[in-house]
Amino acid sequence: MDFSFTEEQMMFREQIIRFAKKEIVPRVQEHDLRGEFDFQSFRKLGDFGILGLHFPEELGGSNADVVTSVLAGEALGEAGVDGGLTLAYGAHTFLCGDTIFAHGTDSQREKYIPKLASGEWIGCMGLTEPAAGSDVAAISTRAEKRGDRYILNGNKMFITNGPVADVAVVYAKIGKDLKHAGISTFIVEKGTAGFSTGKNLIKMGVRASHTSELIFEDCEIPEENLIGQEGAGFLMAMQTVEWDRSALLAPFIGGMTYVLKKCARYAKERYQFGRPIAEFQAIKHKLADIKIFIEAARSLTYRIAWCKDQGRPLNHLEAAVAKLFIGDWSLKPANDAMVLHGGYGYCHEYEVERYFRDSRLAPIGGGTSEITKMIISKLI
Amino acid sequence: MNILVCLKQVPDTETQIKVAPDSKSIVTDNIKWVMNPYDEYAVEEGLRLKEKFGGEVTIIGVGPTRVTESIRTALAMGADKGILVDDPALTGSDSLGIAKILAAVIKDLDYNLILCGKQGVDDDYGVVGSNLAELLGIPQISIVLKLEVSEDGSTVKAHREVEGGILVIEAPLPALITAQKGLNEPRYASLPGIMKAKKKPLDVKTISDLGLDAGQVGESGAKIKIMQITPPEERGAGKIVEGETPQEKAANLAKLLHEEAKII
Ligand SMILES: Cc1cc2nc3c(=O)[nH]c(=O)nc-3n(C[C@H](O)[C@H](O)[C@H](O)COP(=O)(O)OP(=O)(O)OC[C@H]3O[C@@H](n4cnc5c(N)ncnc54)[C@H](O)[C@@H]3O)c2cc1C
Ligand SMILES: Cc1cc2nc3c(=O)[nH]c(=O)nc-3n(C[C@H](O)[C@H](O)[C@H](O)COP(=O)(O)OP(=O)(O)OC[C@H]3O[C@@H](n4cnc5c(N)ncnc54)[C@H](O)[C@@H]3O)c2cc1C
Repeated sequence: MDFSFTEEQMMFREQIIRFAKKEIVPRVQEHDLRGEFDFQSFRKLGDFGILGLHFPEELGGSNADVVTSVLAGEALGEAGVDGGLTLAYGAHTFLCGDTIFAHGTDSQREKYIPKLASGEWIGCMGLTEPAAGSDVAAISTRAEKRGDRYILNGNKMFITNGPVADVAVVYAKIGKDLKHAGISTFIVEKGTAGFSTGKNLIKMGVRASHTSELIFEDCEIPEENLIGQEGAGFLMAMQTVEWDRSALLAPFIGGMTYVLKKCARYAKERYQFGRPIAEFQAIKHKLADIKIFIEAARSLTYRIAWCKDQGRPLNHLEAAVAKLFIGDWSLKPANDAMVLHGGYGYCHEYEVERYFRDSRLAPIGGGTSEITKMIISKLI
Repeated sequence: MNILVCLKQVPDTETQIKVAPDSKSIVTDNIKWVMNPYDEYAVEEGLRLKEKFGGEVTIIGVGPTRVTESIRTALAMGADKGILVDDPALTGSDSLGIAKILAAVIKDLDYNLILCGKQGVDDDYGVVGSNLAELLGIPQISIVLKLEVSEDGSTVKAHREVEGGILVIEAPLPALITAQKGLNEPRYASLPGIMKAKKKPLDVKTISDLGLDAGQVGESGAKIKIMQITPPEERGAGKIVEGETPQEKAANLAKLLHEEAKII
């Protein structure tokens, strides 16, 4: 068992942190406050290579392994990038891009991956529906084959990047309702007749990512926009979810490290009762608890990444454990970080408040904690 | 066009510097070491010239093994090869000693232009570049904001900021330039760049490889000696100027500036 990062990985991590601190972080507070997607920063992530890290160089990527991809996400968080931008990156790269890359044909890959890797195009993935979230098999969006075309009808809900995306990976059912077996995956481009998006939803956190409905009304797409075989969609969705439960969460872990540094500094500088609050045991324990969370979360996440790099088959149990731990167990340290800052912690300027709101998504997106626990208990 | 870039490794500017018990050095444990920020501009300028004229960019560093990390970063940005001079006898070298070592490395190399940072942000002497140009007997232009190499690669025109204007100086190549902030916007190393850097040559030399002996460099060869390092004085607590009305506050402030601060 080898727990070390290579020199190259550490050097890359340094570069990401420097890049993000200089080019992106100065803009995040304003975008969070206004609830606006930062197109400029997103494009810069593309120029830097983050959006296509694990894709091959021929397709505009950097050939990175999964551990390096997770390391990159963690470094963004650690530099102070908000959860909104990192969610937008995660949905774009792992939920949209990777589905096309992992299951698409060569021509689908060549058409979409370079544009997604550079950030010229933004991607989204639509699985959840207004009436089907946890119960994925209950989705009701339909795809009907007519000649050499598919006709899509239905609505998707809570879709990250929906309002800004140029291309969407969409799950829909074909033929009679076959539950899981009928789910198929399609590529729909912005501007296709019959495809529109709802308005940007106003959210508690991850505010700099835009979220909306995707609406399909007799939306006609060419048959070559089917990804993989008809009926293979459920498996793809489950593989995507595995990214969802590892790489997508890495920025939250890095973000907690960013927050911990702020907490340690604040605790040493803030005097009450004639001494730094860092001298009170209640504060020391909070700092320790935050650190314990970070280390445990890192171990879980990197183990999944490492397993993927070793080519091990999907391990739903480990992915679910990591997802649940990061989602549910981050609530306390995120809260501790805010409380430790007293009244200032409740104010936007101090950023711990933003982290608190952003991290609230972790127990919901990509499968709620209740569902994750169900999976874990079923597998033990 | 072959370009040499001299690179120094310095403590990260965010590092909290602590003076060592001997009062003549700093505590180096737990320091994060980075490429000197002014050298980043030098590396970037070298890479841009290479992209325009072809040729190679060679990075030359002097210091302990850890300096290879910074040289590798420059290689990851796109430089072609690196040379590190690492020798226990170097400890205690002053700027002239470092310039002598660099000159010894460079005298056997084929080059058109040498780029240095205008100063190291650690000790701020700012003379290695000038010393090196003198030792090599080539023209030098320091603290350069903008650089233009003629199409035929025979001369260089450099812009320097001077009181109230810009001074433009021309020199034949080979020449030495020291880089000022603003010369360019240094690039970041990409992951493919970092992976490629792993395979680029990085030679490590000792001073005897360069035909120097310990008496010429290191502490014994130094022309200057550090007597003492002291941390800057801690800033005292601020003062709130009292007064019922703005006028009264202003009057009290003027009085304090005159009587206590003695600046008006
Ligand atoms: C900001 C944001 C971004 C998102 N981005 C995307 C995206 O890009 N693409 C996408 O497809 N989806 C996205 N989602 C949707 C997300 O995956 C769903 O919200 C999530 O899966 C929960 O589904 P739901 O909201 O329909 O809740 P429901 O499934 O209706 O659940 C409601 C509550 O009931 C509980 N519950 C449900 N079933 C059970 C059960 N069997 N036992 C016990 N408890 C149960 C749940 O845990 C939850 O607490 C996003 C959501 C948010 C908030
Ligand atoms: C929205 C808002 C509205 C407010 N409105 C008002 C108002 O109308 N009027 C008003 O007067 N005030 C108001 N306040 C101020 C509020 O009462 C204070 O923020 C609160 O009492 C905490 O003080 P502090 O922010 O200075 O934190 P600090 O006292 O600096 O505390 C920082 C951290 O150290 C901990 N700590 C401090 N001392 C100890 C100790 N001895 N042992 C262990 N832990 C310790 C605290 O629990 C906290 O976690 C408001 C605050 C907010 C956020």
